[in-house]
Amino acid sequence: MSLAAPAVKPGMSRDDLMMRGGVVLLAGVLLVMLGLPLWSLLAKGFEDRDGKFIGLANYVSYFSTPALFQSALNSLQVASITTVIVVPLAFLYAYALTRTVLPMRWLFQGISLIPIFAPSLLPGLALIYLFGTQGFFKALLGSGSIYGIDGIVIAQVFYCFPHATLILTTALATSDARLYEAADVLGASKRRVFFTVTLPGAKYGLISAALVVFTLVMTDFGIAKVIGGNFNVLATDVYKKVIGQQDFSMGAVVGMVLLAPAALAFLVDRLVQRKQVALLTARAVPLVPRPKLGRDLFFTLFCAAVSAAILTILGMAIWGSLIKYWPYNLSLTLDNYDFARFDANGWESYWNSVRMALGAAVFGTVLMFTGAWLNEKTRGFGAMRGVVQFLAFLPMAVPGLVLGLGYIFFFNAPNNPLNFLYATMGILVLNTVAHFYTVGHLTATTALKQIDPEFEAVSASLKVPIWKTFVRVTAPICLPAILDIAIYLFVNAMTTVSSVIFLYAPDTKLASVAAVNIEEAGTTAAAAALCVVIVLTSAAVKAAHLVADRFLFARLQVWRRR
Amino acid sequence: MIDRTILRRATLAGAAALAVFGLASPAFAQKTRLTVYTALENDQLDPFKKAFEADNPTIEIAWVRDSTGVVAAKLMAEKDNPRADIIWGLAASNVGLMASMGMLEPYTPAGSTALNPMFLSGKSPQTWVGMDAYLSLVCFNTAEGKKGNKPVPTSWADLIKPEYKDSIVMPNPASSGTGYLTIAAWLQIMGEEAGWKYMDALHQNIAQYIHSGSAPCVQAAKGERLIGIGLDTRGASEKTKGAPLELVIPKEGLGWELEVTAIVKGTKNLDAAKKLADWAVTKKANELYAKTYPIVAYPGVANTPPNYPPNLEKVMVKNDVEWMAKNRDRILAEWTKRYDGKSAPKAK
Repeated sequence: MSLAAPAVKPGMSRDDLMMRGGVVLLAGVLLVMLGLPLWSLLAKGFEDRDGKFIGLANYVSYFSTPALFQSALNSLQVASITTVIVVPLAFLYAYALTRTVLPMRWLFQGISLIPIFAPSLLPGLALIYLFGTQGFFKALLGSGSIYGIDGIVIAQVFYCFPHATLILTTALATSDARLYEAADVLGASKRRVFFTVTLPGAKYGLISAALVVFTLVMTDFGIAKVIGGNFNVLATDVYKKVIGQQDFSMGAVVGMVLLAPAALAFLVDRLVQRKQVALLTARAVPLVPRPKLGRDLFFTLFCAAVSAAILTILGMAIWGSLIKYWPYNLSLTLDNYDFARFDANGWESYWNSVRMALGAAVFGTVLMFTGAWLNEKTRGFGAMRGVVQFLAFLPMAVPGLVLGLGYIFFFNAPNNPLNFLYATMGILVLNTVAHFYTVGHLTATTALKQIDPEFEAVSASLKVPIWKTFVRVTAPICLPAILDIAIYLFVNAMTTVSSVIFLYAPDTKLASVAAVNIEEAGTTAAAAALCVVIVLTSAAVKAAHLVADRFLFARLQVWRRR
Repeated sequence: MIDRTILRRATLAGAAALAVFGLASPAFAQKTRLTVYTALENDQLDPFKKAFEADNPTIEIAWVRDSTGVVAAKLMAEKDNPRADIIWGLAASNVGLMASMGMLEPYTPAGSTALNPMFLSGKSPQTWVGMDAYLSLVCFNTAEGKKGNKPVPTSWADLIKPEYKDSIVMPNPASSGTGYLTIAAWLQIMGEEAGWKYMDALHQNIAQYIHSGSAPCVQAAKGERLIGIGLDTRGASEKTKGAPLELVIPKEGLGWELEVTAIVKGTKNLDAAKKLADWAVTKKANELYAKTYPIVAYPGVANTPPNYPPNLEKVMVKNDVEWMAKNRDRILAEWTKRYDGKSAPKAK
């Protein structure tokens, strides 16, 4: 018997072996970053408070509480309404950015991202300034109140909009002009072209965007906590159990219930994926929108309206950060930016945040893009790739506090060889990358799916190793998406709170956590000020990205033009 | 090549992370670095650290500070491999639970006999030692009261009058320790049956149960709500900043809770932790506590912070901390059943 024969199936090339090895390695990394920490918390759902195994008793007691059912319904209601509002809005906006001739496109693109630059505290505070009992536009609400479902939905729409826009812009950006030319030649109506060419091409992006928005709303507790009033949702139930009562067992039960949408999202994704075809074939020609007055005017006005709404919320927060005492002393001051007065760490926590965000952007982008590529381009090996795909979907559905506590249980365990990471900057980076894995992975996957597998086929026939194709062809084509992922990670790392709040050490306190602490201490204006500093930092990074994008993109994508 | 690039980048990221910490440790090599977990107010941290380090130059305090719930959750999640050396400033009810789980190193600080006995755990040696007491009172916005022509309430009973409909906020007891001590006080003053009846009536006037003990008085201070039931210190500090706020002491009495110090079992710096525990009961330390809290453990240290109502000590209800701990799950379940489930959207 030959030595190598049993290991290598016939037809497996070196590339295949390398790719499969990569997928296994990736699955291992994701397991350590996500699977095991999550399990170490969720397993507590089957234990009583003293750690004794009690089977499903916690679940029985939880499901027999009528309050749960109400919270679950509330969660579903808010998530559905938000999704129905955000996805069409984001689609139109992304369409305007990619398919029409928009004056100052870069500006509109930048503004659409502002909400992810902001800690979720910011829309909450701004909405209270705008629509609270003392708010400027209180009259608009009539007898209604911003505290409750209306407030949650408005804030969630603001917060989820850029996530959906990011995915949809990627989906719409890579399109083949030849399809439209063909449709034109065949005399198809605009409407028909939209429904038979544009929409199907963006289908994967649309469904991903809807799934992401839906689960983001399901798991976010920051907004519901600040502005939700008595409107209980599952994520605030976790908060009550874990922070209010330190009852990890019941917290784990709710956390597990929250995983249901992720499981659903995973199944839907699998179904859709099978039908998605590559849009950008090797012979594709990128679509360059041509001016068309009526359409361009409509979309310019639309984008201006959306941008105005976003800027109003940001502007309100900036103004709020400059006043002395809302609403009784509205004189202006810069005192609120002297953070040392409100938090012992002062500006130090800001620099920690910047360091952490840079770490997460570098490490996370490499991991996410390489990971998505491995998973997309490996032939066969379905089961293992399914595991990776599932792990990549998990964090989207996990409330930050569940992940944060899981990290304590897993990485702080005395017998874990990785426990040297605990209480370091490293664990904050790891946790943040894990927490935001899904959207980065989806963005990379969306971009990769639109590339014709012919590229790899040609490379293979030329005996070019697949990794060379990755470095020389795939990565450069996907550079816009890669940069988007890096920026996405950077800005989210600047604003993340719910998970890292359990993991920072004396030297590694983050600005986003400091903002929450300052707000809790009643100094709303200083909290708004810190939020504004965070927004401006991310905006500056994004501006740099847009400039870089213009040059890099221009140079690397030239070959695609005619 | 790509593999090497990933590796190199990962190594770089790792090295960067290590550098951040590597730099921090050798500088303080001679000093003992004491990790102190706390829920003290942010502005208290610096003066406390400076004062203690001035008396103990060989020890350096490294704070891990967050809100009570987060710090308590973190301590309990780290139970199997504790990272804190000592707790300085956390609610007695949380620390009491940790004591019963065997997470604390019993130690009676030298000089603790001088303290008001109400502030001691009562165990020998002590599991925890109190620092100060905080109360849950009523914050009334006088500017909004004048606008709506609403009188200032003087008792808990006043709060159920129909004129305050939908204008009161209080902490949700299921998510806030202040919320729990408030309802536990009602149940103890009025008796269980009358207490629940009172809360049924009050429920009609509650605009919102908030997930924080300090937010209600802040919301009242900013005119978002007319009345907030919540943490005393926050009410006083908002008033100092210029809020048109009146701190009302309902005549039936106030619920309260202690902030305490306790050594964490398994600390590698036991000697230094004991030094801090000793220092935390001194008159000097209590004078620092008194800058924020009107009632402190050391008898005779009285320094009513600005805008505090005087003589609060007399209105504190007879509070059975042990009863509070034992009945917590039962009371919260009952509360959740009565008010939390149906409190959702008030379908109008």
